[in-house]
Amino acid sequence: MYFIKLIFKNVFRAKLRSSLTIVGLVIAVLAFGLLQTVVDAWFAGANAASAARMVTRNAISLVFPMPVYYRDRIKAVPGVKAVSHSQWFGGIYIEPKNFFPQFAVDADNFFEMYPEFIFKPEELLAFKRDRQGAVVGRKLAEQYGWKVGDVVPIRGTIFPGNWQFTIRAIFDGKDETTVTRQFYFQWNYINEFLLKRFPRRADQIGVFTIEVTDPGRVADIARAIDAEFKNSLAETLTETEKSFQLGFVAQSEAIVVAIRVVSFVVIIIIMAVVANTMAMTARERLAEYATLKALGFSPGFVAALVFGEAMMLALIGAGIGILLTFPVAQGFAASPAGAAFATFNVSASTVWLQVASAVLVGVVAALIPAFRSANIRIVDGLRHVG
Amino acid sequence: MTEAANTLVEIRHLAKGYTRGGQAVPVLENITLDIARGEFICLMGPSGSGKSTLLNLIAGIDKPDSGMLKVDGEDITRLSEGELADWRASNIGFIFQFYNLMPVLNAFENVELPLLLTNLSKAERRQRVELTLALVGLGDRMEHYPNELSGGQQQRVAIARAIVTDPTILVCDEPTGDLDKQSANDVLAILRQLNGEMGKTIIMVTHDAHAAEAARRLVHLDKGELIGAPAAD
Repeated sequence: MYFIKLIFKNVFRAKLRSSLTIVGLVIAVLAFGLLQTVVDAWFAGANAASAARMVTRNAISLVFPMPVYYRDRIKAVPGVKAVSHSQWFGGIYIEPKNFFPQFAVDADNFFEMYPEFIFKPEELLAFKRDRQGAVVGRKLAEQYGWKVGDVVPIRGTIFPGNWQFTIRAIFDGKDETTVTRQFYFQWNYINEFLLKRFPRRADQIGVFTIEVTDPGRVADIARAIDAEFKNSLAETLTETEKSFQLGFVAQSEAIVVAIRVVSFVVIIIIMAVVANTMAMTARERLAEYATLKALGFSPGFVAALVFGEAMMLALIGAGIGILLTFPVAQGFAASPAGAAFATFNVSASTVWLQVASAVLVGVVAALIPAFRSANIRIVDGLRHVG
Repeated sequence: MTEAANTLVEIRHLAKGYTRGGQAVPVLENITLDIARGEFICLMGPSGSGKSTLLNLIAGIDKPDSGMLKVDGEDITRLSEGELADWRASNIGFIFQFYNLMPVLNAFENVELPLLLTNLSKAERRQRVELTLALVGLGDRMEHYPNELSGGQQQRVAIARAIVTDPTILVCDEPTGDLDKQSANDVLAILRQLNGEMGKTIIMVTHDAHAAEAARRLVHLDKGELIGAPAAD
């Protein structure tokens, strides 16, 4: 207790210096946390993927469609429990900056394959009954202030024209990792349009979503599905939903790596700042450390004082930084820039990384000052004027 | 009690030097000195004469190059760093010229500091600290921090810190060097009282002839050698 008290008093002895160091730590830990959260957000879709779901797409590229009739053949593959399909729409809501994912889906069973989307049954039923109906995630609805019954105009890009959708259902996520920033509507709605205007593009879909009976057999099932369409006009590539999502992340891997590097550089910089603070502090107190040693305190005690002080500084800074990470992340998620991410939640692993980085900063910063202070000759230390 | 039994500090042919700029500089040479239990001895001499070095050796915060230094029958030159730290904690009380108090601790906490190395309970420590601070006339200043005390009061806190563990020897390095005359007299009076009434052995280094008068024996050093130092009586 006495030891902690002594450390605590020492930390706030040079108030300005300690405060500035703590401010630096707060900013560093906050920046580190936010950058890690950006990386997490990047992987959020993949991490939230179900092990029981697979995705089949055109083997050449995602931009090439597949005939919708593949659905029945896929369903006949042993191990497949259910099949649904969807199509990327890519429309513009008012102006291009209002980006959110829009999918035309098979209204009959698409959402039955996503139990993590929580609906009011009557709303889902209303969606299925309305050809122009749409389903939106809670966060997206909150972002634009939409409610059930609102009409949402979307200008098509891949599918030309001005489209109007009536929101029939708003779904919540099972937990905070569930992405609720999507906009879904009936595939039949755009297919009818295509049949009239561009018949050659009709009856085509972007991906099939497949639910399997046994997640342990996904590799065999994927092989069987792809074999089914071997040498056809649209060969398929089937993979787990997680692999499919990670494929998107891989396209921007360089950015993710850069963010990770920057987050660790921030920690290294603050490590140097705290090390400088501790070096100055220890140098000023050599006479005190020598006095303690003269009184009979061990070099280990002196080293522990320096370590304790560095650690307390680091943990105070980290504590405030971690506490600030949550509201700042929430603020970012609510901002237009944050809308680019499906979810932007500070994970437990990010908090632990912040704590670990603070401990590392404390230990590394104290290493040399502690060693020097503990090993100073008493007679030299007593002569020292701080 | 025989003369040998009465001798607390026994120094024989002690030598100490430093290396500066690659050259060996002798500081103490062939020092032989006995200090009796309960003595109040003053080491005097010009700057660089080696008096502080001798005090540091006796206090166990520096090690000689050669010779023997026994305190209460124990040859402290043979002790390891760790053993010396323990030995200092139980045998030596330090009083420095600039007090060397911990600025973040109040008077009570400063005096309590060396007791943390003992097995005393918190209540016992409190009792002892209060008693010691009262002895140096600072019973009403226990909560005061060093920067709230005068130089004389700070030195009295330092004296309390030095005696709270009831050490065998008090070593005082220029204890009045940073004090005004009145405060110096107060400090010397306390040291005399500790020596006269409580039988504490005190070894003091000073430049101040007035301070030296408080001691019972004067030992002069010049250029690392003792000048006319009769053995303890």
